[in-house]
Amino acid sequence: MDPIISIENFAKSFGKHAATTDVSFTVNRGDIYGLLGRNGAGKSTTIRAMLSLISADSGNINLFGRELKKNRHYILSRVGCIIEKPDFYKYLSAKTNMEILARLSGKTISKSKIMEMLDFTGLKGRENDKVGGYSHGMRQRLGIAQALIHDPELIVLDEPTTGLDPQGIIDIRNLILQLKRDLNKTIILSSHILPEVELICNRMVIIDKGKTLVEGDVQKLLHADELLVVFETNNAAEMKQLLELNMQGILTEIESETRLVVHVSQNQIPEINKLMIQKNMPVYAIEPKRKLEDYFLKLLKS
Amino acid sequence: MMFLKSTYNEFVKIAAKPRSYIGLAAITVLVSVILFALKADGENYIKFITASFEQTLSFDGGSILNGNLVAFIILQMLIVQIPLLVALVTGDLVSGEGAMGTLRLLASRPISSTSLLLSKYLAGSIYTLVILLWLGLMALVAGSMLFGSGDLMVLNSDGLVILQHNDVLWRFLSGFAVSYLALITIATLSITLSCFSDNSIGPIVSTMAIIILFTIIGTLEVPVFDAIRPYLFTTHMASWRSFFEDPVPYDQIRQSVIILLTHIVLLLVIAIYKFNKKDILS
Repeated sequence: MDPIISIENFAKSFGKHAATTDVSFTVNRGDIYGLLGRNGAGKSTTIRAMLSLISADSGNINLFGRELKKNRHYILSRVGCIIEKPDFYKYLSAKTNMEILARLSGKTISKSKIMEMLDFTGLKGRENDKVGGYSHGMRQRLGIAQALIHDPELIVLDEPTTGLDPQGIIDIRNLILQLKRDLNKTIILSSHILPEVELICNRMVIIDKGKTLVEGDVQKLLHADELLVVFETNNAAEMKQLLELNMQGILTEIESETRLVVHVSQNQIPEINKLMIQKNMPVYAIEPKRKLEDYFLKLLKS
Repeated sequence: MMFLKSTYNEFVKIAAKPRSYIGLAAITVLVSVILFALKADGENYIKFITASFEQTLSFDGGSILNGNLVAFIILQMLIVQIPLLVALVTGDLVSGEGAMGTLRLLASRPISSTSLLLSKYLAGSIYTLVILLWLGLMALVAGSMLFGSGDLMVLNSDGLVILQHNDVLWRFLSGFAVSYLALITIATLSITLSCFSDNSIGPIVSTMAIIILFTIIGTLEVPVFDAIRPYLFTTHMASWRSFFEDPVPYDQIRQSVIILLTHIVLLLVIAIYKFNKKDILS
């Protein structure tokens, strides 16, 4: 374990409103770390504090083993980030925007490196166009290009898929996985899209009302050996009865008249299917249900 | 090093912004209109002004309406309007980036808040210099080309002063230097206000409102304002004119320079403090 970020008891208020009261978590080198929470939970405030955009009222924020307040230059030269929506100088070209940000990166960055990053994010050929004419997806890609320009060790992505079309979301997801796989970057991902976090993050923290609710390994928190599967049939109640009679200890929940959620291990799925055929109970569809969504909602309700 | 790179960035941004050229275009148009008007009807205008002492006036320095007088008239008319053109750009330097959302891009880079602000300040100050130089160039060069050279006749509050044509250039240059200091005070005020705001127009309007308010206080002959009037920066914005008196009131100019410099330093300290404490939320 090599902690790259350590946040302890971070609290920040804006006037009378307490944005965070007690946020703590640790990100290790090589993690793709999910930062989850409802709107207003304190995710963006935490990210802004990590990037020195706001000051903490209390608590400790350490990155790369150093205190942020005293080592701002050292830390920020190792971090690349996208914070919420991708805003740029609309009256300048993508290339000039990149040059401006590269000059402030703390490293010497060549023009060819800028072109390489624009190419990497699929903006080559449009580099001389003014950003004002870019689509949201193109700006988001430019955001990623500027975050990577100085080859940072840590990449902070705050809602990077907001406003993107499905193809854009897939592109960003693949890009994040590529950054981890090929370049072994540490990535913090704040997102509302829970299936996405479940798919790509290995560790996560859930923040609610300015406090850390839970932190840890995604698979362990979700009990990865157990799957949630939805069976679509013509009578969910009857199917529930059949399963409880024939498979001892099985957990089921009726989602609707025709949909039954079953807690199973992977090898139990064909067994259930076989049983239903034997009992003449039609099964129209078997869908895996995202567990993080359930886990998240239950946790917040509790 | 980072400060210089950031200052270069600020120049790139100012040079690319269309609003940066409004000031230059406005000066070009206004000076051209004044030059045209004086060329077309300047003699009558001079006759009207000198009517009361026409009998006693002895002017041997060529035509009264010459390049030096034209430059002086232009400066007197326009130097009051220049603050608006300066604030249009400098008032936007911090808050404009806040409104655009680009301030967080800059502030999350490894550059200190003080360096970032001072680089903006330096770029804004150089922009102010460019505006003033353009005004000076238009007034002096275009004026001389169209009206020729000659002695300068200036009507001051305590009478008429005639300055020899070879005694005028240094007065213009010194006047420009003091005017620059006054404009830098405006630029510093607007940048300071810009640190308190996250919208582009607020600091520009606030700067103009403060100038108008202080000017009104400065011109109201009411004893209650007597104590503060000498310390308002607006009282010293026209100090450049003192260089066209004979003898030049150096003590008065020195006092104006000290007050303007004091304003600049105080405002800059407030701006740096505020910008360092600022939570960047936009």
